[in-house]
Amino acid sequence: MTGENAVQKRVSRLRETTINMAHGSGGKKMRDLIEDVFLGAFNNPLLAPLEDQAVINLADLAASGDRLAFTTDSYVVSPLFFPGGNIGALAVNGTVNDLAMCGARPLYLSCGMVLEEGLEVETLRTIAATMREMADAAGVAIVTGDTKVVERGAADKLFINTSGVGVIPAGVNIKADRAEPGDKIVINGFLGDHGAAILLARNELALETDIETDCQPLYDLVKTMLAVCPDIHCLRDATRGGLGTVLNEFAESSGISISINETAIPMRENVKGACELLGLDPLYLANEGKLVAVVPADRADAVLEAMRKNPAGTGSVIIGEVGERGEPLVVMNTSFGGGRIVDLLVGEQLPRIC
Amino acid sequence: MKYVDEFRDPVKAQTLLNEINDLIPQIDIIKDRPLQIMEVCGGHTHSIFRYGLQNMLPREVEFVHGPGCPVCVLPMGRVDDCVALAEIPHVIFATFGDAMRVPGSKKSLLQAKAEGADVRMVYSPLDALKLAKENPDKEVIFFGLGFETTMPSTALTVLQAKEDNVKNFSLFCNHITIIPTIKAILDSPQLEIDGFLGPGHVSMVIGTSPYDFIANHYKKPIVVAGFEPLDVLHSMWMVLKQLAEGRHEVENQYNRIVPDAGSAPALEAVKEVFELREFFEWRGLGSIDHSGIRVREEYAEWDAERKFPVPNLKIADPKSCQCGEVLKGVIKPAQCKVFGTQCTPDMPLGALMVSTEGACAAYYNYGRVQVTRNSASAAA
Repeated sequence: MTGENAVQKRVSRLRETTINMAHGSGGKKMRDLIEDVFLGAFNNPLLAPLEDQAVINLADLAASGDRLAFTTDSYVVSPLFFPGGNIGALAVNGTVNDLAMCGARPLYLSCGMVLEEGLEVETLRTIAATMREMADAAGVAIVTGDTKVVERGAADKLFINTSGVGVIPAGVNIKADRAEPGDKIVINGFLGDHGAAILLARNELALETDIETDCQPLYDLVKTMLAVCPDIHCLRDATRGGLGTVLNEFAESSGISISINETAIPMRENVKGACELLGLDPLYLANEGKLVAVVPADRADAVLEAMRKNPAGTGSVIIGEVGERGEPLVVMNTSFGGGRIVDLLVGEQLPRIC
Repeated sequence: MKYVDEFRDPVKAQTLLNEINDLIPQIDIIKDRPLQIMEVCGGHTHSIFRYGLQNMLPREVEFVHGPGCPVCVLPMGRVDDCVALAEIPHVIFATFGDAMRVPGSKKSLLQAKAEGADVRMVYSPLDALKLAKENPDKEVIFFGLGFETTMPSTALTVLQAKEDNVKNFSLFCNHITIIPTIKAILDSPQLEIDGFLGPGHVSMVIGTSPYDFIANHYKKPIVVAGFEPLDVLHSMWMVLKQLAEGRHEVENQYNRIVPDAGSAPALEAVKEVFELREFFEWRGLGSIDHSGIRVREEYAEWDAERKFPVPNLKIADPKSCQCGEVLKGVIKPAQCKVFGTQCTPDMPLGALMVSTEGACAAYYNYGRVQVTRNSASAAA
């Protein structure tokens, strides 16, 4: 180590291997945790001063568009780690994607952590590292944060809240109430991977599969879509509640019917199989890297072509179209040749018993 | 999915539908009114709506969605009993997921869980036994429900508990039997059912001979049916074929799973552990003689009803609820006075709105608005 580095500001090191109440006390232990684990992972010029707030230059924001998008989401997934990802990946991509769904370019995130005492510091380090990796992939920076520690039992290991701001380019106007008769419904690949992966990771079922979460940032994909079709009508990521829920939201907001074709909906064999065994409807399984777009019919092919060239959209397909104005209704033409209504779920899907 | 997709082949479906259409002019009843075919099992109801089978069949053929959803026919008082058991301190109440949301007179198990009761969702009674072994300081009560399909696995679990000498495991037995129920429906004066799709998985256990009385005494055709959409259509064709030829027999479409004699080891386990109750209360159908089973005296140690105080209060079905008439095929779900208004999957009033396999819930979720036959072409 050179003499120059030796006289630089001392970087706090966390000595404990598990989180205790002192790490949320506001004192030195908390500073150690923040500097070592969070600043260590997220480091960027806006966060580094460790002020109570990040200060963002308005002119920089205005360069990207004419409206600010602002969103927040809390992440409480159990288990923290699952095939293909962890809670940190969700916490970044979930919020980034919520911004992207109005066409906004995601820029800055906040990160609030609620830690249960007893949490392994190593677990936290791994999750923070994933968050950094995902933030880099999505082109955002985590610029402000907060840490609380609660007593054992008061939280389930780790809860994360992230808020995000992004800037919407001028001329883009994506809203759930803009679906028009004749519009095409496009999705960007296999449905249900995340929901199935989480369900199986809970390991109550003793099923062995290789299903992984589809968690990924979607802004880059949205950007390529907007480049060929600035007038995308509706866009939403099919997270909790899945495709079935998003389509109902579009139908409801726009006052239109939607028809989709079961045969067109891409689903992995193992996800289908898991649903079959558990009596779950894959249309309502959660996704963390899938969007549902409603686009004008005459631009649908161009959008599809652009999407397929993007790594997050190689599996993109048109799955149906918007029908007449009138009763909001989502109808699926089943692979068997029948028709059925796809309604909103009442609560959580519960497995059928026989 | 191999061995599943083969039973969902739309081309074969069309062939079957053509054959079904050919049978229609040969059936006399159709000259006066549409045919009413009851699918006994909730699994069939689910398949019918999931694949939109009702809309594929000719107008002259209607499904009547039978009583075969064990969650739906569970009386409110029984749910109250579950809640009371779950709320006993040191009890872990283990249940299949479907039963969590069924409303009792005051709350569901889901609500009881939110209020602090230790309610766990399991996928098999053996999981509940495992819970008991892992929690020796707790009492684990397994909520056993379902027809003959789930009965053997519950019986085997009780036998296993005895063998392993697990004393902190017990069964709250709400298993029901299908035959007296079909008989009660057939004896109903308002009945308008012309034939049956017989339950598949129940028959895997009990075989096909228990249905003989339907064919012989009541002179109705019954076809034991599988659950894939082609199974259902094929079975429907078999029922219609019988009607067209003036036959009424017990036939087995699901013979790849259902042996005519049923499963002897399963029946043996059931007989060893359970005995018939004098009567059992059903939601929507009232009390039916010998339709429920209970744990035999020899296994009293594993019987939650003997081990714990069970309130056992009778709660009457809501007056406005017409589940009984729907079950008997007298009215369709949408014709019920409270369907979709006071009774929705959100706030179920009647039994049939409770589980996704319940006729009304299935109808509400999948078939509320008549999906027209040409919607497939409209979708492009």
